Amino acid sequence: MNSIASIRAMVAKDVKSELRTRYALNALLMFVVTSVATIVFALRGDEPNIEILSGMFWVVIFFTAMAGLSRIFVSEEERGTTLTLQLVASPSVVYFGKLIFNSGLTLLLSSAVTLLYVVVFPTFVIKSMSIFACTVILGSLGFASAATLIAAIISKANTKGTLYPVLSFPILIPLLMTVMKLTSSSLEGNLFTAVLGEFQILVSYVLVLTAGSHLLFDHVWKD
Amino acid sequence: MKAVKYLSIILITIVIIAGLCIPIVPEPKTLFEFPIIPGLEDKARNIFFHVPVAWTAVLGFLMALFYGFKYLQTRDLEYDIKSVSSAGIGMMFCLLATVTGSIWAKFNWGSFWNWDPRETSIFILLMIYGAYFALRSALGSDEVRARLSAVYAILAGLTAPFFIFIMPRIVGGLHPGAKGDTSGSTPITQLHMPINMRFVFFTGLIGFSLFFIWLLNIRIRAARVEYQLSITEH
Repeated sequence: MNSIASIRAMVAKDVKSELRTRYALNALLMFVVTSVATIVFALRGDEPNIEILSGMFWVVIFFTAMAGLSRIFVSEEERGTTLTLQLVASPSVVYFGKLIFNSGLTLLLSSAVTLLYVVVFPTFVIKSMSIFACTVILGSLGFASAATLIAAIISKANTKGTLYPVLSFPILIPLLMTVMKLTSSSLEGNLFTAVLGEFQILVSYVLVLTAGSHLLFDHVWKD
Repeated sequence: MKAVKYLSIILITIVIIAGLCIPIVPEPKTLFEFPIIPGLEDKARNIFFHVPVAWTAVLGFLMALFYGFKYLQTRDLEYDIKSVSSAGIGMMFCLLATVTGSIWAKFNWGSFWNWDPRETSIFILLMIYGAYFALRSALGSDEVRARLSAVYAILAGLTAPFFIFIMPRIVGGLHPGAKGDTSGSTPITQLHMPINMRFVFFTGLIGFSLFFIWLLNIRIRAARVEYQLSITEH
């Protein structure tokens, strides 16, 4: 099997096992609803300004991602299937398979959060759709690129759940600051060309983190 | 190592005496007078301590990263001992840099913390150090701990260019070299210091770096003994 087909099989396996148990998906969607509801209750009918809204938007995505993205490796450890996976697939295939699955999951979560925000907050009006769509897509890719390797690291640790956001936060900060800024400029309705610099940062972040994680993954994966 | 020890003590003593005792006058005539920097006045003396300490905090992280990289190449636990020792001392200097900077910010910019790009960067560096040690304490065996913490240090190092080169460009700041600074926004700030201040400043940089090397040496030797003891106990 060539590597593209192997990666496809890897993703298909994860999607299938996820659809069978619905462990992450159901819990994460409930997590999204819970955290948005908490924000609504905290605001008590206030209409927050654009900066606060776009900040809170990514806060919800960050914590939801931190609750869900580590499953991808932790579940393999829990089911005891890590060794089998090490035997049947090369580390690159495993890494890219998990990366694609996590990117898809983050994208799904961000879409769910977007939908809820548009419905719940009257001030959350996306004026520049192109900026918003690119931000969410690149932001989700960035989240997944950094968080997948960290998920592999913490699957070997004792305190998995609490450690994950602690390890991810410093790595994700440049991404978070950029996407928060981009989201608020998409709500303000800026021109796409005005925020080109920020998109360059996002693209370089995704590329640097993906390439670096891919090179480092060998050392995490092989015992 | 004796030479490093004594040299660092001598250099830091010079910096403390020169940095604190040389008077700051409006128009300096001799080498033993510093000029007044508008807006800084006597507070300018902190530059001889705050900047070298912050530099050493970064140096500690880079050394931890370098030895982590060497560990992944060779799988020799000696490098892990060096890596963690360097990170430990680096974290101490990072705390010192945060505290000295925060006090300076209070008296110069009005509040202890302003989320200026460089303040954010040192905060992130503290978070990385904290996460690094939290990760180490959560991992069981020596080999796994060494391997995964080295990977984490390298991954964290990959984001450093975003803090050093990119963030100060997009967020306005208060430190020299930030966006909107009239003297130009470059990562390496041009020095607008007279020759005698520059001398004390670089003496501080070298002195604190040597001090770091000396502390690192002690820490590595102690860690080696600890490791040997932990082996013989089991």
